Amino acid sequence: MPNTVSFITAHFDKHNPDDLASCLAIGGFGGLKRALGLTPAELIQIITASGIQGRGGAAYSTGIKWRQAADVPGDDKVVICNADEGEPCTFKDRTLMEKDPFRLLEGMAIAGYAVGAKHGYIYLREEYRHLRPKLQKAIDQARTNQWLGSHIQGTNFSFDITLYSGAGAYVCGEGSTLIESMEGKSGRPRIKPPFIKECGLFQKPTLVNNVETLSAAAAILDFGAEEFKAYGTEKSPGTKLISLAGNVRRPGAYEIPFGMTLRAIIETIGGGLEEGRILRLVQLGGASGRIAPASLLDTPYTYEDLAKAGLDVGSGGILVVDDRTSVIEFLESIQDFFIHESCGKCTPCREGNRQIGRIIARFADGAPRPDDLETAKRFATIMSNCSFCGLGETAQSALLSAIRHFPEVFELGAFGEGDEAGLKANANVKASAAGVAVGETIGKHSFKGERGERA
Amino acid sequence: MKDIQLTIDHKTIQVPEGTTVLEAAKKVAVNIPHLCYHPDQEIKANCRICVVEVKGSRKLSAACSTRVWEGMEVLTNTRKVRDMQRGILELMLANHNQDCLKCHRNGNCELQDLCERFNISRTHLEDAVDALPLDNTNPSLVRDSSKCIKCGRCVEACQNVQEVHVLTHSHRSTRFNIAPAYEMPLEDTLCVFCGQCAAVCPTGAIVEKDDTDLVWEAIEDPSKHVIVQVAPAVRVALGDAFGLPKGEIVTGKTVAALRRLGFDQVFDTNFTADLTIMEESHELLSRLSQLSKGEKPVLPMVTSCSPGWINYIEGVYDDLLDHLSTCKSPQQMFGALSKTYYAELKGLAPSDIFTVSVMPCTAKKYEAARPEMTSGGVREVDAVLTTRELARMIGSAGIEFAEIEEETFDTPFGIGSGAGAIFGATGGVTEAALRTAYEVVTGEELLSLEFKEVRGLEGIKEAEVAIGDEVVLRVAVANGLSNAKTLMLQIRRGESPYHFIEIMACPGGCLGGGGQPIRSTNDVREKRMDALYKIDEAQPIRKSHKNPDVLKLYETWLGEPLGHKSHELLHTHYHSRGK
Repeated sequence: MPNTVSFITAHFDKHNPDDLASCLAIGGFGGLKRALGLTPAELIQIITASGIQGRGGAAYSTGIKWRQAADVPGDDKVVICNADEGEPCTFKDRTLMEKDPFRLLEGMAIAGYAVGAKHGYIYLREEYRHLRPKLQKAIDQARTNQWLGSHIQGTNFSFDITLYSGAGAYVCGEGSTLIESMEGKSGRPRIKPPFIKECGLFQKPTLVNNVETLSAAAAILDFGAEEFKAYGTEKSPGTKLISLAGNVRRPGAYEIPFGMTLRAIIETIGGGLEEGRILRLVQLGGASGRIAPASLLDTPYTYEDLAKAGLDVGSGGILVVDDRTSVIEFLESIQDFFIHESCGKCTPCREGNRQIGRIIARFADGAPRPDDLETAKRFATIMSNCSFCGLGETAQSALLSAIRHFPEVFELGAFGEGDEAGLKANANVKASAAGVAVGETIGKHSFKGERGERA
Repeated sequence: MKDIQLTIDHKTIQVPEGTTVLEAAKKVAVNIPHLCYHPDQEIKANCRICVVEVKGSRKLSAACSTRVWEGMEVLTNTRKVRDMQRGILELMLANHNQDCLKCHRNGNCELQDLCERFNISRTHLEDAVDALPLDNTNPSLVRDSSKCIKCGRCVEACQNVQEVHVLTHSHRSTRFNIAPAYEMPLEDTLCVFCGQCAAVCPTGAIVEKDDTDLVWEAIEDPSKHVIVQVAPAVRVALGDAFGLPKGEIVTGKTVAALRRLGFDQVFDTNFTADLTIMEESHELLSRLSQLSKGEKPVLPMVTSCSPGWINYIEGVYDDLLDHLSTCKSPQQMFGALSKTYYAELKGLAPSDIFTVSVMPCTAKKYEAARPEMTSGGVREVDAVLTTRELARMIGSAGIEFAEIEEETFDTPFGIGSGAGAIFGATGGVTEAALRTAYEVVTGEELLSLEFKEVRGLEGIKEAEVAIGDEVVLRVAVANGLSNAKTLMLQIRRGESPYHFIEIMACPGGCLGGGGQPIRSTNDVREKRMDALYKIDEAQPIRKSHKNPDVLKLYETWLGEPLGHKSHELLHTHYHSRGK
């Protein structure tokens, strides 16, 4: 694949993910082996030096997070791998677990060693239950071969991993909610403080990291922080797994260096749009991400450049939507998602999503009320400012960015025409045959198809 | 703890570390709007109405859950804050059944107060009221989820304060609701009907079952002789409902108002509280004498006058029912006497007497409706009014409560000792029982009447009292069912060191009952408690066994404590409520 790289995914397709021996044969667990020869402080120094930021969406420095976790007093700490990959159109963690589960286990053990934890948990989203046997097998094999369990590789470090399945709520991807869910409670976010790093799962100091973050940490230990930093830009070092989805010819999970433009990602990796199709919009970071019109496609995919353009890496999802879906239809599906997934705990999210849903439905019917746009904007702003947790804060990202970039579709009486006007502006990014090597017809599912799967 | 300096609306203040912005703002005379926040509860931060601007924060911060930090700059009254708070209120209102004029909480509703404060007239939102069926089939409480704003105060009262675990959050998003598991009606759950949920509800989503019409009807019925008893804790709380200072003693005004309402006779539950002490202390002494004979009586003996507590033990600790005193509560003793002794005295058929009680309690409604609570072939207590319902009746009769001249109770149930009065406070039953037990056992006069170690709002209190030279009585007092649980688990493990345990279901005892005027915070509870002890101090008779009318009742009619008639009328038995 042009422009993709293999750092975190270095072992993909080179071993049998069901067989530890085949993984060890290509140097598997090399990162953990190296880690065990370092002090935790030295290890954390390497992670900090790599500049890697949390891949779950918050983009907080992993090195600093580990340092803080290590500094929390206590010898009964917990590492949780957040494998509740709930953002629609995001599936890179699934790919990581399918193709190299050992990298993840290795990363968890490294994190445990770094922060002083003996127990690890993988919180696997309910929809990934088909991965349970594979992950359990990997855990069992690693334990049998002393890469997990008591006295790993004859050292004084012991660390074991328990697999835990969620029950299917999107909000459980939020760290404290995930912990509530693991404790057997309803998935609703906790009040902070206390912070989970001090008082998390079963009141123990807890480190929660995303699948990709942990896998990347193992790869960084294995190949070196400098090797990682050879990719990317100064402020966004390294590589990133993206989930390229929607109306592109080659959707999939890809590892890319930071710094490619969105256009390059869509055209060279994704194979561009289908013949004759016009790009409507791109959504970055899952359903909670903002949307961009074609005019922003030359933005480099880095934390800093996306931020300047009012966008966000988020979950690493890149959803491409062509002219078969209107902006309003798109927003309707996003809104349906959040009305379904709000936990209901706080007023802005519970009631705001419902009210905005009604307004978007009126736009979809072509019969908005005169004050609907202002009302939707007002309550979307209230949601992003006042909600209890990240779900409510970000649920209206798509709507607010749509109002900014596609004002014409909300203009009263211009329904339909507004969408046409938007498309004309986007016409310069018609599927360019140049970007498509082979005329494959993959990626035919529209966003509505994705919704069907969710339901 | 060190002090933190911050500014709120440009005013510099210092507050202790750990203070929340909401609490700190009170010190500069700013009342940040709040709904899920309750001064006696954990911080929930669900409703979000308390959001304020904090300099340097990207979004707004919930004042109830944000702790102050050094140099913090808070703005509570900017256009942005007002607009967001108002918007959140509009969102709540869109999902709120606004039949305010027909609501029990009209004029006493925290949501209504905020609407007034934010000058809400119209909103741009569509109503989206989703409600479960009305839950009104039990004798005590009515839950109307169309008025619920999902603040979670009731859930905390039920789960953390009472540990009854009946009310819980169910479902999510727009189906998010507060209800018992599987949305069962309350009477099909282990609800104890204590009403602590109703007491903390900011709106009319949980209220007492209103029995005022039933009582008005009886008063109007010329064939009925309608009598009323007033519980000790009512007289230190009723004034709240009429704007009198919290904890004001309004015994005489209450009696006068009840007479004006049309009750034929107005009696004092303190009288039967004294009677309860007579029976209960003799029951305790009888168990203790078995102990001294080397037998194995069931100890500790546990009090039985709090109906919420009885519902709880019957539901959850039904293996310990033998520990309960068999005494009926003062309300039911009164009811039993009203349909027997009093009927004879007046030459009336028991069925012609309509007995009403005014109680600080919603569980009393459930207790009165129990099938075993019959005497003379009829129900002992025909209707139970909470303090709140009485206030409504007084209000609708146009009685200016604050102005009314004081009157006194009628005989033969008009005299209550100081010991009877303190029944309304946690520890009061114990103190009253000790006063009597001491003198009965030793035959000596008790010089120091006050057992201060069992007073106060602390959850579990304990004391050792030497009764004569031989007996050292170990007692424990719990208020709030979560504390009862601690003592019950101790008994179950065989580790309870006590002879006697007093349990009141509600925090603070009856004075903090679920039927008391709304906004009974712990501060208010303390004031009511002080008032009850003041009543006791001022009483010429402070021991139950010195109540002349109680003594007369035994002499002329009942015989002796624990005698045959007592057993028939004043004692009861308990059932497992099944699990």
